[in-house]
Amino acid sequence: MSQTKRFLAVTVAAVTALGMVGACSKNTEGTKPAADGKITLVVDTFGDFGYKALAAQYEQAHPDVKVELRNVQKLDDYKPKLVQYLAAGSGAGDVVALEEGVLNEFKTQPQNFVNLLDQGAAELQPNFLPWKWDLGRVGSDGPLIGLGTDVGGLAACYRKDLFAKAKLPTDRDAVSKLWPDWNSFIATGKKFGAANTGAKGFVDSVTTSFSAMLSQAGDTNFYDRDNKLIADSNPVVRQAWDTSMTMVSEGVSAKIPTWSKDWEAGFKNGSFAVTMCPSWMLGIIKGNSGEANAGKWDVAAVPGGGGNWGGSWLAVPTQSKHPKEAYELAKFLTSPDSQVAAFKEAGPLPTAPKALDDPAFLALTNDYFSDAPVGKIFGAGAKTLKPLVLGPKHQAVKERAFEPALQAVEQGKLTPDKAWQQALSSAVKEAK
Amino acid sequence: MTSSSVVRPSAAATAADGRVPWRSRLTRADVRFAPYFFIAPFFVLFAVFGAFPLIYTGWVSLHDWHLIGEHTFVGFGNYTALFADPDFWNALKNTVGIFVLATVPQLLMALAMANLLNRKIRGRTFFRMGVLIPNVTSVAAVGIVFGQLFARDVGLVNFLITWLGLDAVDWQANTWSSWIAIAVMVDWRWTGYNTLILLGAMQAIPKDLFESASLDGAKPWQQFWRITVPLLRPTLLFTVVISTIGGLQLFTEPVIFGNGRMLGGTLGQFQTVTMYMYETAFQRFQYGYGAAIAWALFGLIVIFSLINLLLVRRAAR
Repeated sequence: MSQTKRFLAVTVAAVTALGMVGACSKNTEGTKPAADGKITLVVDTFGDFGYKALAAQYEQAHPDVKVELRNVQKLDDYKPKLVQYLAAGSGAGDVVALEEGVLNEFKTQPQNFVNLLDQGAAELQPNFLPWKWDLGRVGSDGPLIGLGTDVGGLAACYRKDLFAKAKLPTDRDAVSKLWPDWNSFIATGKKFGAANTGAKGFVDSVTTSFSAMLSQAGDTNFYDRDNKLIADSNPVVRQAWDTSMTMVSEGVSAKIPTWSKDWEAGFKNGSFAVTMCPSWMLGIIKGNSGEANAGKWDVAAVPGGGGNWGGSWLAVPTQSKHPKEAYELAKFLTSPDSQVAAFKEAGPLPTAPKALDDPAFLALTNDYFSDAPVGKIFGAGAKTLKPLVLGPKHQAVKERAFEPALQAVEQGKLTPDKAWQQALSSAVKEAK
Repeated sequence: MTSSSVVRPSAAATAADGRVPWRSRLTRADVRFAPYFFIAPFFVLFAVFGAFPLIYTGWVSLHDWHLIGEHTFVGFGNYTALFADPDFWNALKNTVGIFVLATVPQLLMALAMANLLNRKIRGRTFFRMGVLIPNVTSVAAVGIVFGQLFARDVGLVNFLITWLGLDAVDWQANTWSSWIAIAVMVDWRWTGYNTLILLGAMQAIPKDLFESASLDGAKPWQQFWRITVPLLRPTLLFTVVISTIGGLQLFTEPVIFGNGRMLGGTLGQFQTVTMYMYETAFQRFQYGYGAAIAWALFGLIVIFSLINLLLVRRAAR
């Protein structure tokens, strides 16, 4: 309802337009050298890529370049914005981040991005895990549209204070031993639920566990290798679904939808004791829990073994006025040293083998998470991660078909069978 | 009408030497075209920001148009698909439901409040200005605050409900509860606005009508229904039409209520037509289909406004 707003907008537009009829000039911000001869390179990211210090460092080394970082909190808001810029032919950053769940969608329209091989990117190949490099390419011999920034190694973050209340071990190695697989995780959750801790549930929501289980599949999820939707027949999907359903029926879940107000507050209030955390999630947990809860969280192994959840690439849109300079910046931001620096700042796990072996990286600890040796925990599995075949609409199928269906079961609105049918029919619609 | 009186003298001048003098031709042109010139800014702006997008959207809606890819002409294919799309009908049901749930109490409250503010009370100007404060608050701020009020575990509303001994409500899970929460947000913002409009109209009603009614023995309640409401008819019509246009385009409140997602709940409990349009065009990249939804919405608003017009006319007769 915005009647006055629209009215005001029209009036203001009319008045300004009248006043500026003569003075109207095209907005060329960022597309031509500023008065001091500097060019501005805009970097579009979502969440937190940890580029603040790196941008300053780059500006110092390149006095003729100004780096402007633009960040959108949620990937869900970031993607439509980027698409609108691409459709309009202007407005996108010179360097843009593409997440793995949406990368394939953009790869179907590669004309929107600069082929980085033309800029000499071939020499960078040894910098990246082989599968990460390959995923940045369209097909096996097509153009390269993205340079890998990070991978999403998995772990489980847990609240030590709540574990202590439930008489569970609090030491991270002992906690990891509690749940070698998902069944033992559910058993631990039931034990936790029996003790009166004041928490609403053991784990925040089954959707985070569902994502973790899918990422452990190590092969295909919703799509097969020919980009055909196989959500209904892939046993991996069905098994992750069934385990999630057991978690709901055994009362292990706090049934708090991720990214909701209750979820954000739940970190502060101790509404749940565990959440699955890919390394990029650490910053989000810290932000939601606040300084008052520093030292209460710790990081243990994820139930069911390692997997990759998330991770991104940097691409240069064809509409950029400075593709060459933009490529140089992307090259710098994805270099092994920069990856370690970004990890230190915000937690995205390096994808460069050299960075993963870097003693400086392996020695990193996170003081907010009880000094957990995050470099070692996340780095250990990263090199053996098995890449997933994601298909063009992976993120849409997961977040707009399966997660709402899982949440509907948690809300008690659908039976597991009905929800499964609902998820499948929505998946078909999203994949269209 | 006015032109004829101005043009005549120049017509007389024409008779003198058989030619139209340059000055008088200029005057004639001035008289003839100046009004158009003065109203031109609106129409130029409307053409650029109103008519062009409208027509362009119509053109897009006839295509299978990937937002950043190919487009092929499909005629009215998007529209036939749309009318068979259960998600569209669900979104329409939600939109109309929330619209009715929000607008009816909103206009009744506005009428009652306008009537109160029209009396001689202490601090009248303060209250009259005060009702507008929710309207000048940013809609995002309103959405965030109300989203917190209606949170399941940490919300103030549930805190009060459980304090009264009732069960907490999962506001986002049920259709009825999500509709109520969103309607409350809408009413919070727009009741004051409509109050002021109705108040303005009330003040324009001649006082002597009430005086003679009092002399005839009419009670205040009778005066309100027999004099005030009938004379407010054109203004009520205006508020109803404006509320309809706004209500059918409801977007920000349900989006923020649903944690910024376009799904409108796990089963689309509160997904409105505009949310569905945005989801289709900008999240599924089906720009052509999204444009078809936009045009369907446009048609619906026209139809609804006409229905309202008829209803309010008849009711106030």
